[in-house]
Amino acid sequence: MLSIRDLYANAGDTEILKGLNLEIGPGEVHAIMGTNGSGKSTLSHVLAGRTGYEVTGGEVRFLNQDLLSLATEDRAREGLFLAFQYPVEIPGVSNMEFLKAAVDALAAHRGEEPPDAVSFMKRAREVSAMVDLDPNFLKRGVNEGFSGGEKKRNELMQMLLLEPKLAIMDETDSGLDIDALKVVADGVNAFRREDRSVVLITHYQRLLNHIEPDFVHVLAGGRIVKSGDKSLALELEDKGYSWIDEEVA
Amino acid sequence: MSEQIDRLIKKEYAAGFITDIVSDTLPPGLDEDVVAFISGKKNEPEWMLEWRLKALRSWREMVEPHWAHVTYPDIDFDAISYYSAPKSSSDGPKSLDDIDPELRSTYDKLGIPLHEQEMLSGVAVDAVFDSVSVATTFRHKLKEAGVIFCSISEAMHECPEIVRAHLGSVVPQKDNYYAALNSAVFSDGSFVYIPKGVKCPMELSTYFRINEAKTGQFERTLIVADEGSEVSYLEGCTAPMRDENQLHAAVVELVALDNAKIKYSTVQNWYPGDSEGKGGIYNFVTKRGVAHTNARISWTQVETGSAITMKYPSCVLKGDNSVGEFYSVALSNNYQQADTGTKMIHLGKNTRSTIISKGISAGHGSNSYRGLVRMNPGATGARNYTQCDSLLIGDQCGAHTFPYIESKNPSAVIEHEATTSKVSDEQLFLCQQRGLDAEKAVSMIVNGFCKEVFRELPMEFAVEAGKLLEVSLEGAVG
Repeated sequence: MLSIRDLYANAGDTEILKGLNLEIGPGEVHAIMGTNGSGKSTLSHVLAGRTGYEVTGGEVRFLNQDLLSLATEDRAREGLFLAFQYPVEIPGVSNMEFLKAAVDALAAHRGEEPPDAVSFMKRAREVSAMVDLDPNFLKRGVNEGFSGGEKKRNELMQMLLLEPKLAIMDETDSGLDIDALKVVADGVNAFRREDRSVVLITHYQRLLNHIEPDFVHVLAGGRIVKSGDKSLALELEDKGYSWIDEEVA
Repeated sequence: MSEQIDRLIKKEYAAGFITDIVSDTLPPGLDEDVVAFISGKKNEPEWMLEWRLKALRSWREMVEPHWAHVTYPDIDFDAISYYSAPKSSSDGPKSLDDIDPELRSTYDKLGIPLHEQEMLSGVAVDAVFDSVSVATTFRHKLKEAGVIFCSISEAMHECPEIVRAHLGSVVPQKDNYYAALNSAVFSDGSFVYIPKGVKCPMELSTYFRINEAKTGQFERTLIVADEGSEVSYLEGCTAPMRDENQLHAAVVELVALDNAKIKYSTVQNWYPGDSEGKGGIYNFVTKRGVAHTNARISWTQVETGSAITMKYPSCVLKGDNSVGEFYSVALSNNYQQADTGTKMIHLGKNTRSTIISKGISAGHGSNSYRGLVRMNPGATGARNYTQCDSLLIGDQCGAHTFPYIESKNPSAVIEHEATTSKVSDEQLFLCQQRGLDAEKAVSMIVNGFCKEVFRELPMEFAVEAGKLLEVSLEGAVG
């Protein structure tokens, strides 16, 4: 699915990623954990193709293509999805209009006809129910006046509707109360399939109580410094991150 | 991002073609003879010629205004031709079947078919080409309802008493420099009269086209809505791409008598000049309406064209309980400059006005909102609400707001809100991450920004306006 080899990247003038390696197979759920400033968000932005970052070395293969050579929108059309940590508002553009445009763009890329309005609406309502979002949110401006939790659920709804092959969730759990966390976890679990992969970027182990990862990685100083199974997350919860720094040093 | 934005804003002006047609065009220059020629061409009554000459004399004593936030070289008024008409229609509009095929195909290309059976259902069109009206559709159907919709030259013969009673009653000859010029040389335009208690059965629209080089267009529109009547009117404008600047100085007067409603919408897409700022139309227009007791006047404008725009569609809320509204989207891309807004003059008791202005600046564009809200001593209980939003695309453009508020009545309430925002990197990234290209993303964001105004447009034109905005923004992100 995704293969990252020896990736180096700068944000502005600062080198953030320093030789990162990661292999993600189809159907796998990977959790990437790490302290603030370890490079977690940079990694997700570089993969999604946000401007302002410069890749200085390494290679990323996504479904056997050179991911880094693709335009931002083409990465999305190929099936890479990023759930944002701080979803931005687009005033006056309704969620429905926005989602339809996205679904249509993806369909066009696959050489398919866009779904008709009726079946699209039906699907959008189903999906919003899955993430416990009132269907009225579909009529409101994208993230306009949404609470933090509503924004996160709106991201999840987009993921379920767009059905990407690889979903990267950038601290989707931050700022959520326990009920909302459960909703997010249920959404991700519903999304899981043998041909879809998930990357969970998170600070905390608590999300992993609800979504069982296949692998847990620790990101520090711009590299994956330790990998393991879900017990690694528990160990981090227990001992913090400092022992890893010592181990790596 | 700004590089990306730059690329997106640059797109061709689709209405920029020239119609190859033989025209009667006056040599450049302006004097009494020119005014007499125009008046004679229209077989105007003597009072009309006098009216024009009075305007010309006033104009000569006035000075060109320079208070707007725009810069352009001085206009040489002697280099402009003040009258140009396609030869085939120099005798005024005949039946729709007699229209020159070249003209017909021009309007077809612009998406304005002049065959009634092909028209958007329920929209009557007056087509003005350079200085004259070349066709007015659905006249007979309108006549059955008592509605008069024709060119203003015809109206002077068909219903001279209405024209004489109202022409210049809202915008006097001496009102301002360009209104005085227009009063002297206006050659055509549309005239509408809606009789008492009649709700006009269809949308009325005028489509203005400047074709001839080195000409100015000076049209005059007069709409009189008699007591208790209603009308919705839309104007559209385009011009060929030419290297020199061309002047368009129109006057629009609206009279809404007691309990009448006039909704006036404009989709202005005059040639804006090229991406270097060369050429384009100077759009210096005076638009004003008087609302009598319980009457309502609503201006909606989508201004995407012209090199320079100075226009302030205004409402004089003369009668008690009258209502004035102004909804505006103004886009300045490349080197376009727009100084636009409105004036709401509250005279009557409990008069109300709403101003929603959306300014969009891209490229090196400069967009200014200039608005006056005046509460006169008699405007007891009057209210105004103003919302003035600016959107910036890229980092080379500018947005300015010049609100003037004068209240001489302590019971009047005036609210003013203003915001400035940018199409942000984050918004573009979110859209692109969901599979939309940058161009689609910008147009979606801009359309969202304009939503409150677009929903005021008649249905058929709201979609058009959205598309027009998209085209005008092409190359805006780059």
